[in-house]
Amino acid sequence: MASMAAISRGLLKRRGIVRSPAAVAGLGARSMASWFGHVEPAAKDPILGVTEAFLADPSPDKVNVGVGAYRDDNGKPVVLECVREAERRIAGHLNMEYLPMGGSINMIAESLKLAYGEDSEFIKDKKIAAVQALSGTGACRLFADFQKRFLPDSQIYIPIPTWSNHHNIWRDACVPQRTFRYYHPETRGLDFASLMDDIKNAPNGSFFLLHACAHNPTGVDPSEEQWREISHQFKVKNHFPFFDMAYQGFASGDPEKDAKAIRIFLEDGHLIGCAQSYAKNMGLYGQRVGCLSILCEDELQAVAVKSQLQQIARPMYSNPPVHGALIVSTILGDPELKSLWLREVKGMADRIIGMRKALRDNLEKLGSPLSWEHVTNQIGMFCYSGMTPEQVDRLTNEFHIYMTRNGRISMAGVTTGNVGYLANAIHEVTKSA
Amino acid sequence: MAHDKAGKTMEGDNMRAELASPIFRLNTLARHLGVSCSLSPPSPMESQFPNQAIYPSPTAGFSGGSVFANVVQAPEDPILGVTVAYNKDPSRMKVNLGVGAYRTEEGKPLVLNVVRRAEQMLVNNPSRVKEYLPITGLADFNKLSAKLIFGADSPAIQENRVVTVQCLSGTGSLRVGGEFLAKHYHERTIYIPQPTWGNHTKVFMLAGLSVKTYRYYDPTTRGLNFKGLLEDLSMAPSGAIVLLHACAHNPTGVDPTVGQWEQMRLLIRSKGLLPFFDSAYQGFASGSLDADAQSVRMFAADGGECLTAQSYAKNMGLYGERVGALSIVCKYADVAVRVESQLKLVIRPMYSNPPIHGASIVATILKDKEMYYEWTVELKAMANRIINMRQQLFDALRARGTPGDWTHIIKQIGMFTFTGLNKEQVAFMTQEYHVYLTSDGRISMAGLNSKTVPHLADAIHAAVTRIK
Repeated sequence: MASMAAISRGLLKRRGIVRSPAAVAGLGARSMASWFGHVEPAAKDPILGVTEAFLADPSPDKVNVGVGAYRDDNGKPVVLECVREAERRIAGHLNMEYLPMGGSINMIAESLKLAYGEDSEFIKDKKIAAVQALSGTGACRLFADFQKRFLPDSQIYIPIPTWSNHHNIWRDACVPQRTFRYYHPETRGLDFASLMDDIKNAPNGSFFLLHACAHNPTGVDPSEEQWREISHQFKVKNHFPFFDMAYQGFASGDPEKDAKAIRIFLEDGHLIGCAQSYAKNMGLYGQRVGCLSILCEDELQAVAVKSQLQQIARPMYSNPPVHGALIVSTILGDPELKSLWLREVKGMADRIIGMRKALRDNLEKLGSPLSWEHVTNQIGMFCYSGMTPEQVDRLTNEFHIYMTRNGRISMAGVTTGNVGYLANAIHEVTKSA
Repeated sequence: MAHDKAGKTMEGDNMRAELASPIFRLNTLARHLGVSCSLSPPSPMESQFPNQAIYPSPTAGFSGGSVFANVVQAPEDPILGVTVAYNKDPSRMKVNLGVGAYRTEEGKPLVLNVVRRAEQMLVNNPSRVKEYLPITGLADFNKLSAKLIFGADSPAIQENRVVTVQCLSGTGSLRVGGEFLAKHYHERTIYIPQPTWGNHTKVFMLAGLSVKTYRYYDPTTRGLNFKGLLEDLSMAPSGAIVLLHACAHNPTGVDPTVGQWEQMRLLIRSKGLLPFFDSAYQGFASGSLDADAQSVRMFAADGGECLTAQSYAKNMGLYGERVGALSIVCKYADVAVRVESQLKLVIRPMYSNPPIHGASIVATILKDKEMYYEWTVELKAMANRIINMRQQLFDALRARGTPGDWTHIIKQIGMFTFTGLNKEQVAFMTQEYHVYLTSDGRISMAGLNSKTVPHLADAIHAAVTRIK
């Protein structure tokens, strides 16, 4: 990181301090160096950079198990039927006026029902402050900025490991980060004892980022019993639970089941925050649709909090995009379309569960000396394989298989067509481990 | 890693923990942002801070207390609040001249025909998917947007010196540009015209810049205070960022002439100031896309660097789709490459990648000759209707013998007219005539039609004669 002084020195050196009057009087500014000449090339995003590299690879055998975007069994991206139908209904019928700063009222209402329950008393009593956000990223960022503005001395506890962009989000919001232990490399499961220790040892009233289901990148979720214990300990410590729910419906195939952790916390009386995304479960990736909600003590407070969330959105993008929100509210607001969506999301989840089984079976059949139980124990889009960065590099260089270097496999990229090839390659690089 | 917002370094974390008092923090922030931020009331900056939580309670106690219990309600956004108030008004004869969203002669929002066509094409294309766009957005859209604003034959584009990233309309482009500058540029002060769009100050402040102003509008002439503008920019420190409205200045509608733009360009380049253009009305002001881009092109053509925020909200009627682009013209192609990589680091933690729908519509239109032509025709029609409304309002006031010089109505350009009415007169018009406009006297001409012009003229006449 360059200090301000160093930057200034660098600039002066490059430009030369004295500019001749002739140069100044000229029409152009050609005598000047670039103001941005000192800008360093940024490191590629570890996740999105994988797809870039994949696209650049000419090999016919290449496999992309990097980004968490769903693929069908032919390896093709999917637009859900319910989405196509919703788009047909939307096109040509409505105008494109600005949404309110807080976004689509209908989309928000439907989102709250999904997260908090159809008959949630909190919805009835209007205790939830909620705004439309730019998918999960945008929801987390709004919350982080809001947390910074209203609780400037708070920090955020983030699990190890987590989605890499979580760190970027809270860093850019200038909220100091701490971590809590989560993943147990030896078992490739949950390090529950350490997790509970870290919860207990954090100062009272700490903010925690929790993955509601289908933890990214590990696929390791607490059991229901474990969630209850976590919730209890949160009560004792008065911690603030912030849920990032990016995979509701996608994990087990059942949105209600996938919201279980949140419902447990709500039953226990926590005032939660929640980021929701429709990127995966409705396949709306590029539309950037999500919702940020904060459960408040009463309606008055919810109104105040919502108004302040809007104040953060306004200088960022004024108001959120309308198209994706319309798709969501059209689908969830129509019983037939919603029913279709539920079937389609289950279909996606089932295919992934099937691929987990296939990958594990293949590896076991190959006689791998390692245990691959975790492939079927873990849940959601990702499998934390346990492979090292060096092994991942070998997969890429020798087998043209692309994944993030933390060994995270996007199961959505696995098909009946490539699972054998994938298992073989993994076996090759791990058999002497 | 770069400095955090408001110029504090990461080492400041520990210090901040000690100096935890909220009052201290507010004062520190206010001091950093400088005392010379003078905006006409209601000042967004001034009104922002009193509404922050004053006494945070980190351990609210688990009796169900919320950690956000002390959050107070934010004031209505002054611009969007006008529409909220208008909607609440039960009166049959009411006119909304608040938000700058185009309305037809029938007072209805308009979706351009060519936009509907583009949308249908997208819907009917079964191979279309909705995958994530790259962080920088849709590549076609970016290239076409750069050509639109800088000109297809722009040397800067041909020399690969322009980096363009898709952002969320004008607001998003300004914010991403501002954050990039706060992280990577050596000067943290941006000069904005007085007055300017109400959201500019907050956008740049939250991006991490300090905001100062330069004189722009002259209330006595209802025109440009060119002398004041030149003086103020001359006093700016070398390297300071200058926000320029490319055309159709919001809220005044007062634009420099071509000759004045050239003088400004010479001054800005000689002082080493960095221009940041906000282009929200290209094609909407005069009806000509090229004419409305002239100011930007002058700067892009002189070999120097600049930033440009583009919006398709008004000129393509894509308001709610949030389509825009940020371009940075760099001196060298290799600099542009590095700048693009750093822009990604600003965008990723904000929203990862931009929304696909609106950009797809724009790209579809811009790349098709026939659709592009149809767009220019529809755009010209919108601009002409507004010019027509200006003339009608001017004529109506003259017919009533309304005291004062109202020629500024036809001299100003774009969607807005700065009437010159004061707060009291505005309040009077709202109360007695149910005419809704922002308290700075700005009216959105797009909200007028032949039926409502007489009513507005009556209201202005009454306000001017009864309230001083």
